[in-house]
Amino acid sequence: MSLLYKNVKQLVFDIDIFIDTVEQGVLVFKEGVTNYLKDERASFADKIIQISKLESSADKLQRKIDDLFYRHSILPQNASDIESMLDKIDEIIDICKDNLYQFDDELPFVPKELRNDFIRLVDISVESALNVFPAARAFFREPLKVKEMLAKVYFYEKEADKISRNIKRRLFHDMKDLQLSQKMHLRYFALHIETVSDKAERLADTLSILALKMSL
Amino acid sequence: MIILFFLSSGLFLGWSLGANDAANIFGTAVGTRMIRFKTAAIVASIFVILGAVIQGAGANETLGSLGSVSTLAAAFTVALAAALTVYWMTRMSLPVSTSQAIVGAIIGWNLYTNNSTDLSTLSKIVTTWISGPILGGLFAIPLYMLVRYLSKKTKTHVLFLDAYTKYGLLLVGAFGAYSLGANNIANVMGVFTSSVNLPAIDLGFAIFSGTQQLFLIGGVAIAVGIITYSKHVMQTVGNTLMPLTPEAAFVVVLSQSLVLFVFSSQGLSDALVSLGLPAIPLVPVSSSQVVIGAIIGIGIYKGGKQIKFKILGSISLGWIATPLAAGIIAFFMLFFVNNVFQQDVGGDRQLTQISQVLRSDSTSNINDEFADEINPDTASKNTLDAFKNHDNELPAFADNTNIHIYYLIGMSILLLVAAVLIYWMQKNKKQNLLEKASHNAKEESHKLKLERLEKSLEDKRHLQEDLGKELKFRQGEMVTMAMSIIRKNEFINELKEEVIKIKSQVKEHETRLGLNRLSLMITRDLSIDHDREKFQMNINAQHSNFLHKLTESFPTMTDNEKRLASMLRLNLSSKEIASILNISPKSVEMNRYRLRKKLKVDPKVNLSDFIREF
Repeated sequence: MSLLYKNVKQLVFDIDIFIDTVEQGVLVFKEGVTNYLKDERASFADKIIQISKLESSADKLQRKIDDLFYRHSILPQNASDIESMLDKIDEIIDICKDNLYQFDDELPFVPKELRNDFIRLVDISVESALNVFPAARAFFREPLKVKEMLAKVYFYEKEADKISRNIKRRLFHDMKDLQLSQKMHLRYFALHIETVSDKAERLADTLSILALKMSL
Repeated sequence: MIILFFLSSGLFLGWSLGANDAANIFGTAVGTRMIRFKTAAIVASIFVILGAVIQGAGANETLGSLGSVSTLAAAFTVALAAALTVYWMTRMSLPVSTSQAIVGAIIGWNLYTNNSTDLSTLSKIVTTWISGPILGGLFAIPLYMLVRYLSKKTKTHVLFLDAYTKYGLLLVGAFGAYSLGANNIANVMGVFTSSVNLPAIDLGFAIFSGTQQLFLIGGVAIAVGIITYSKHVMQTVGNTLMPLTPEAAFVVVLSQSLVLFVFSSQGLSDALVSLGLPAIPLVPVSSSQVVIGAIIGIGIYKGGKQIKFKILGSISLGWIATPLAAGIIAFFMLFFVNNVFQQDVGGDRQLTQISQVLRSDSTSNINDEFADEINPDTASKNTLDAFKNHDNELPAFADNTNIHIYYLIGMSILLLVAAVLIYWMQKNKKQNLLEKASHNAKEESHKLKLERLEKSLEDKRHLQEDLGKELKFRQGEMVTMAMSIIRKNEFINELKEEVIKIKSQVKEHETRLGLNRLSLMITRDLSIDHDREKFQMNINAQHSNFLHKLTESFPTMTDNEKRLASMLRLNLSSKEIASILNISPKSVEMNRYRLRKKLKVDPKVNLSDFIREF
């Protein structure tokens, strides 16, 4: 029985570290995109390495958590739900890493007039993700509070949508000097950044259902 | 050795109690994989034995006052009758309780041996059967509320809560096993305590009485039942009643343990008496029925929607059917044991045998005396007196025969009632099974239908997603096409302006003519643009639904207005539209104004937005 307590303690610790890692990954993503937009190439390269390491350690932690859950039969009735939730958290860092790599690989040309818009988009999209992590932590301690903590996530997700749409409108309406290919390219990058908040929204949906299930 | 043989029926009863009732304590914990069966079996076995030895005496006294089965053969028969009733009714999936079976069997013994049944004890026992499940429910509600409140208030991590629930389930399981041993050991070994007198053993620190030794043997039998067969019961019937969360299971087991403890604790009863309150009846109660009471209690707290009230009916039926069946079986078995195997079963039956011996002696005396009468030499006056005495004894013999007949008639009626009752229960059971099967079939078909619907919904969703992607792609294509037309037209216009500029600077006639032709060609190309036509066709094809809806809503719309609406739907600016249509942006603005008027769009609303949402 003391072994069980030790394993549970380890699992709680690992889950906390896992969420912290993903949260750090999101912050690195935000910094990385800002570095790219401000043309700070050295810092950007550094962020690429950082996010890659964080994503890989998040994956390792997730596998360890899965293993602990099943091997020691911890919370057998809700283990699969919690794992699917952790999987959705992992998707956030995955998409952040992919996006940052896309910036590195495709080197999109962002005109000066749009840089602030892109910075604002990345800020808001990341804000949405950053607000879902406290809710994910609260799920384990106060499931009833999760719902009210998710309001900000939905708000920022909608804001990110608006900014992204605004960028697209500006691209195709006002940016006469840009080539269509460039417009299309930037349009996709706006979409990529917006996806982070979309993933946060999906996680929020899962969390609210799980919290309800746990409180029954 | 002979004692062990006679104890075998009690041990069998103990084994079946262990096999069935351990599921009430650890069923949910093992079923939900919170606790391993091995751990549960070890804990339950140890504590059931401890409960039986330490606290088993209280409930045993009450059973003893109901009927003190005085001979070993009778005790064997009574326990066997109870065990067979439990086994038989379990096989027929009828609600059964060891406590009720043993009480019925003891009453059967009372009837057979002409012992009077203490009605006050019997009513005390029956009241406890009813109050047991009620008390289970009453314990469960506040306990469940407390557990919920604590789990919410303490903000414990879900995973730690799970670990604490595991520890809790193990602890209350141990307490439950202890209470089960304490309360139910009387069912298993109670009938033997009057007939088996084992010498007490002095352990130095305490005296291990003969009754406690008997209870230890019974406890071991229960433990063997738990280890050998309860896993099967836990896996098959552990969750049949209602799927419980580990939290609810904790409350149910704790409530059951408390009820069983209350009805077997002499100390608690004495404490209440010392406070001037009535004593607690120490009676063996059915752990399964207390569990049902506790689950119903939780169900009522949750709003009462999930409660299957049919179960209450089956419990009440068990209260009547089990003792009745056990009583009848015990009566007939005692009859056989007494008359066929010539075993002393105690009570009046012992006297009857003696009187029968007397009767056979007296009959032989009568014969002798008849012989005396035949022989006139030995006839005397005393013979006549002897006849008179025998005449007085014969009615008593006839009375006993009458009692026999009344018993047999009474028992036959009871047997008939029991047979009818069992037939009715079987019929009910069959009907229930049929209903269950039809319900299951309906549920299965509903599930299949639901799955099919979900699949088709999923397919439709995929199709919609694909179509959405296609639409997005097409729209992208349209925008690309529009952009290329715009760029081309911009370029041609620039070219035309350049040609006009050169023409104004050139004076040579031939060159001017050539430039004129070039300018004309450019103008013609701008007015008859194949790309534009293709673009227009694509727009019409893609927005056919939209155009159709627009025509239906506004029948007076012209083709040009429809074309403008389609382009606005593509989110193109006035300048871009002007370039595509080879008209001035001012004309586009004018057309937009007309279109707005025709569509009766509110001045505050953006026309493009209105068209996109149309």
